[in-house]
Amino acid sequence: MKSVGKRAAIFGITMLIVSFVTFAAFTLISGDPAMRLLGTEATPERLQSLREQMGLNQPFAVRYLRWLAGFVTGDLGTSYSYNQPVWQLISPKVEVTLCMVVMSFGLIVLISIPLGLFSAQRAQGAEGALHTSLIQLAMAVPPFFTGILCSWVFGITLRFFMPGNFPGLHQNFAGSLHYLFFGAICVAIPRIAMTVRMLRSTIVGEMQKSYVRTAIARGNDRRQVLSRHVLKNSLVPTVTFLAQTMAEIVGGSIVVEQVFSIPGLGRFLVTSISNRDYPVVEALVVILAFWVVLSGTLGDLINQRIDPRLRLGGES
Amino acid sequence: MNKVAFKGRKFLQALAAAFLAGALLLTGCGGGASSQSAEEARKQNNEIVIGIPQDLDDTLDPHYTTLAGTREVMFNVFEGLVKPDSQGNLIPAVAADVQISDDGLVYTFPLRENVKFHNGETVTAEDVIWSIRRNIEDENGTNLIPALQNIQSLDSEGSTVVITLADPNPEFLSYLTLAVLPADYADQATQPVGTGPYKFVSRAAQDNVVLERFEDYWGEGGHVDKVTYKIIGKADGLVQGLQSGALDLVSHMTTTQTSQLDESQFHIEEGTMNLVQALYLNNAEKPFDDVRVRQALCYAIDRQEILDLAFDGYGYPVGSSMFPAFGKYFDESLTDYYTYDPDEAKRLLAEAGYKDGFDMTITVPSNYQPHMDTASAIADQLSRVGIHAELITMEMNQWIEDVNQNRKFQSTVIGFDAKTLTGSAMLSRWVSDSPKNVINYNNSEYDELFAKASSTYDDAEQTQIYRQMERNLTENAANVYIQDLADLVVMRNGLTGLQFYPLYVLDVSTLQWEK
Repeated sequence: MKSVGKRAAIFGITMLIVSFVTFAAFTLISGDPAMRLLGTEATPERLQSLREQMGLNQPFAVRYLRWLAGFVTGDLGTSYSYNQPVWQLISPKVEVTLCMVVMSFGLIVLISIPLGLFSAQRAQGAEGALHTSLIQLAMAVPPFFTGILCSWVFGITLRFFMPGNFPGLHQNFAGSLHYLFFGAICVAIPRIAMTVRMLRSTIVGEMQKSYVRTAIARGNDRRQVLSRHVLKNSLVPTVTFLAQTMAEIVGGSIVVEQVFSIPGLGRFLVTSISNRDYPVVEALVVILAFWVVLSGTLGDLINQRIDPRLRLGGES
Repeated sequence: MNKVAFKGRKFLQALAAAFLAGALLLTGCGGGASSQSAEEARKQNNEIVIGIPQDLDDTLDPHYTTLAGTREVMFNVFEGLVKPDSQGNLIPAVAADVQISDDGLVYTFPLRENVKFHNGETVTAEDVIWSIRRNIEDENGTNLIPALQNIQSLDSEGSTVVITLADPNPEFLSYLTLAVLPADYADQATQPVGTGPYKFVSRAAQDNVVLERFEDYWGEGGHVDKVTYKIIGKADGLVQGLQSGALDLVSHMTTTQTSQLDESQFHIEEGTMNLVQALYLNNAEKPFDDVRVRQALCYAIDRQEILDLAFDGYGYPVGSSMFPAFGKYFDESLTDYYTYDPDEAKRLLAEAGYKDGFDMTITVPSNYQPHMDTASAIADQLSRVGIHAELITMEMNQWIEDVNQNRKFQSTVIGFDAKTLTGSAMLSRWVSDSPKNVINYNNSEYDELFAKASSTYDDAEQTQIYRQMERNLTENAANVYIQDLADLVVMRNGLTGLQFYPLYVLDVSTLQWEK
């Protein structure tokens, strides 16, 4: 129980720090949301009146505490740009990005683990070198490039999907997943390559350890040793790496959402920042932070199940 | 043992196979054949999808909307007592007729019978008066349209609205294009209700905006039943959207974009953007406080070359703060007032004491490619007369703050447009005490002319004064005027009826699929 409490506390503190830093960052960077709303219509009189309406003329501490109080009670505020409740605006975006990230993560796990095992067994010689260069290539290709390539080849030429025509999760779920699939591939490709490389070097490193030599000396064949011992020992770093991946692919999705015109969280974040729509940015950043912390925590929990030595003290 | 390992391997193979099958299924279903006919399906359902580069991330309340992109879309949803037509005339809309007294002080508007709001209610004189009042002074005591402060009284007699002015103003009518809204309706900012030929259905942030044909519209109304605006953030996304069949119409395209499109599927119509793109000079800032330096810049710029190099020859050169579509006010003779003459430019520079040129900065908002392109071309041309111009690119918000608000800039490339169909919409800006006079233009003759124009009731006489004001701007080289940008609109074949307005709007009510 103690460890659960400790985790929850770390969770809460991280979120608090993130929200504070975001809030503070926005008061430091230039750009006045009221001025953006009035644009070329801005006169000192109208600016003043709008700032008052938006509560921008209050001191930083008051604004932050007010926001925090709202957040704790489930009120994320109202978007400056859209005049709509923030949660109403961002929840469809969160759903879309979550779908794509989950799909992308599934692809990474399903493809990179078998591929990593396969590659680890052929790490030597010309084939190993070939694998290395393929991995390097896949890692080097940025998602926006694969994105553009993908939409031209599969979208325009082969017409597997229709770039620019994301149907919407609630209108057409299957069609939306179909559309997101192509984005998910582009996010996944470099991460697959990284996971394969990581898995391969872990397994190769593990295979050189003395217990493997002993096991082989006792008459087991390499494949048996791999599946019974090595794989188990490679699992912890793999899980850690995948947890990191889960957090990082959200970053990759921001770029891909732009390329595929997917109305997701990343694209919304970018425009909200340039519009100085702080309530939206604040909410999105907190959600992203939550996702990152959640990924790490999940990774830790899984690893503790795999390897009891990693458990936090308290229960023993 | 052997068995287990074998099983493990088989499992992996099965997994890979299942995954591949799934991927193929995903790519197979909903692909190929069905996407081919999506355009056809829209034609059948009498729908169109328009691609727009920016979201309507603004209030949808038309009295507060500031973004040009939002106004362009919402033009179809709202109407005032009068509204502009494609020729630039004001025609009665919610009003059935306009009667103006001989002294130009009393405006009488008998309302059209049975004009409905999109919520089904009938428009009353109270709604009209409430809408006008709100622009004189809103709930927060702010004045939204300064020209309306000229109203002395606002009355209704049954279904007739009578407006009495303190002073005659021949441009007054143009301000009554302001949207007539249902009085005291609270959700205007998010669920707007107007009287236009299309009603607002929904907005999904960064995704789409949906309008539907308003069945109870008083006039002929729209042809297409449903219009979806798809927000496509990237320029190449718009091209892809057209090619993939996701979009039917995209306006404000560049020649680079249109050249990628298949001519058998699309046709391009060319209009004007109705703005004045110029190198706007901060007249209060050295060295642009010297008229000779400003004139030298005008002589150093070859507008045709800019149009040819950066815009494939599209665009219309202008010589003052007025665009060609405003035929009544546009003075064509000013366009060639300064002809490209680098020697004259050098002579003027030497006379002003800048024999070896000088360093200057050009501030440009980075999200407007046409302005960026023009700025680079200008910098290149200026270097030929010894002026070293450095480009400072920034986000639009930063630009609004630095240039529009604080006037902390030397020069900037931007386009200014007209919000209403009046000469003053373009020209009042440069009056010395105007809050919008970002270039700090300070010319007493200009101020006097504007005062005279504002108090002149005769339209022809007023037009003449506006033309003199344009000439004043040109002669004093207030800015280095470049062009009115061409507006290239790409439409899927079969879609017709596009009309260009002298304002920054896209009227969807005239669009229709050929039968």
